[in-house]
Amino acid sequence: MINRLSTTFAQPRPALVCFITAGDGNTAANLDALVEGGADVIELGMPFTDPMADGPAIQSANLRSLGAGTTTADVLRYATDFRARHPDVPLVLMGYANPMVRRGPEWFADAAAQAGVDGVICVDIPPEEDDALGPALRERGIAPIRLATPTTDAARLPQVLAGSEGFLYYVSVAGITGKQQAVQASIEEAVARLKQSTDLPIAVGFGVRTPEQAAAIAKVADGVVVGSALVEICGEYGADAPAKLRELTSALAEAVHSAR
Amino acid sequence: MTLATVLNSFRTQPDDRGHFGQFGGRYVAETLMPLVLDLEREYRAAQADPAFAAEFDDLLEHYVGRPSPLYFAPRLTEELGGAQVWLKRDELNHTGAHKINNCIGQILLAMRMGKTRIIAETGAGQHGVATATVCARFGLPCVIYMGATDVARQAPNVFRMKLLGAEVIPVTSGGATLKDAMNEGLRDWVANVHDTFYIIGTAAGPHPYPEMVRNFQSVIGKEARAQMLSRTGRLPDLLVACIGGGSNALGLFHPFLDDADVKMLGVEAAGHGLDGDEHAASLLGGSPGVLHGNRTYLLQDEDGQITEGHSISAGLDYPGIGPEHAWLKESGRVDYTAVTDDEALEGFQLLCRTEGIIPALEPAHAIAAVAKVAPTMPKDSIILMNLCGRGDKDIFTVAERLGVEL
Repeated sequence: MINRLSTTFAQPRPALVCFITAGDGNTAANLDALVEGGADVIELGMPFTDPMADGPAIQSANLRSLGAGTTTADVLRYATDFRARHPDVPLVLMGYANPMVRRGPEWFADAAAQAGVDGVICVDIPPEEDDALGPALRERGIAPIRLATPTTDAARLPQVLAGSEGFLYYVSVAGITGKQQAVQASIEEAVARLKQSTDLPIAVGFGVRTPEQAAAIAKVADGVVVGSALVEICGEYGADAPAKLRELTSALAEAVHSAR
Repeated sequence: MTLATVLNSFRTQPDDRGHFGQFGGRYVAETLMPLVLDLEREYRAAQADPAFAAEFDDLLEHYVGRPSPLYFAPRLTEELGGAQVWLKRDELNHTGAHKINNCIGQILLAMRMGKTRIIAETGAGQHGVATATVCARFGLPCVIYMGATDVARQAPNVFRMKLLGAEVIPVTSGGATLKDAMNEGLRDWVANVHDTFYIIGTAAGPHPYPEMVRNFQSVIGKEARAQMLSRTGRLPDLLVACIGGGSNALGLFHPFLDDADVKMLGVEAAGHGLDGDEHAASLLGGSPGVLHGNRTYLLQDEDGQITEGHSISAGLDYPGIGPEHAWLKESGRVDYTAVTDDEALEGFQLLCRTEGIIPALEPAHAIAAVAKVAPTMPKDSIILMNLCGRGDKDIFTVAERLGVEL
């Protein structure tokens, strides 16, 4: 399938994937800052009351967003407006199952398609429960992006890959999002192993905070995902976050794009 | 035609994917998925191993104090003026509630799997105390996640857990109650998958937990069924049990599900009333959704954000419910009702006064439901209620509500 994600990952240089939580600060300005800084793919987090795979930074962002009254309609509006401003930048919604399936998978997939969303990452729908959302997304040309982790063994990997689209998100640490970092050698070994089993682009995330780390990962992976470090800026600087986001994103983008 | 007239058995759930009809399942992050599958394999192996069952039964008999008595409550029956009321006395178990049945089963499984560290979540602290107890018994390190709000209002149980050697970690995220403690338990598990076993306290969470917890708790219903037949020569007409996550109710109900003449009533916590937001009745006041690894009825808003439950009983104060109850409700096999804080307080005092038994606030909800339904039933009919916990832990809450200073 040709879409914005496949076009982006078809380029020879590695991609920088940037995550922020929708409704945490000035979302439109924050998203624009990421694109201006050089982000190749945007992951827009859908806030949830119970983000059980996230560490303190993204938990707090979820609570700030919900505390400010963010609704699913708001998240979809941020996506729609982003698509109008940035027709070519891939946009992925990331979040938890319950807000996505609340009105039914077809409703959500329709709404995401109309908003110009390219892919969806649902943290707590593993391949075993794909029926809950996957078919509705695929029917509308939205990529269900799956996660592989250090605990995903060789026997299980084919099941994870079957039905995966867009890219494969390699979670480099067995843990929650945030500061814990994986050993570079383990990432290289894992990416090499995954590449033997799939032609999907592989983006590596969890615990990636600095341009140096990002550059090292970009030497072996097709994409590098940065989330908590950006979300912390949103939390710390509020309305002044865009300038700081642009600054960090520029440094990350330069490191990733020139890694090989 | 209801499902009740179609199914040959109500005791064959879940299916091999852990689904109870449209409910249940394994909605967990990929990191946990291999662990959950491994747990299921090991549980199936344990189920097939007579030595596992023998050790479980031995510990229940000599450490927990089973079988618990089946007690006919004469003065309560007389006061209500209708059906005979019989109590399954699971409040007499070691640690004072049914929770320990499940903890014994899960820690045996943890050791069988070679796990060396135990974690658990707790609300009121009963499951935390039961988990800390079995960890002390088997010498395993134990971490209990407990909402900071609950740590503050359940100080005696926090101290009990610490005496038993557990580390109690207050959880400050979200509303700082049971669901947030469960989130933190899942976060710990995902970061320590290599050595850690998560003892979930109720018949909820990802498959195989709902089935496994139900099976460990089914000792309640198996004993009660045999005791009732032996004492009265017949089965009861109605089973009654309170429901938070629903493990004590499933433990009682499940062995009777295919006894078509036995009706069942699950009692949720209506808090300040089902017409407002201040309740914990997921089945009667909620809607289906996905949380903590399973699809089930949840308290949630129109966007699928989880709302805080409320009940005078911290043990019922959870915004979800075990998926098998969701299925039993939709199948029509079990009836569900709800009881307010005030009614539960009356039930609490009723049992104290008529039978000399101080119940926990959780089964006080079941007593209140019995008090409503018993007078409408003939005097030769039998109600069997699970008295799943004793009230020592609740006397401070009750005193405060009754305006008594201790």
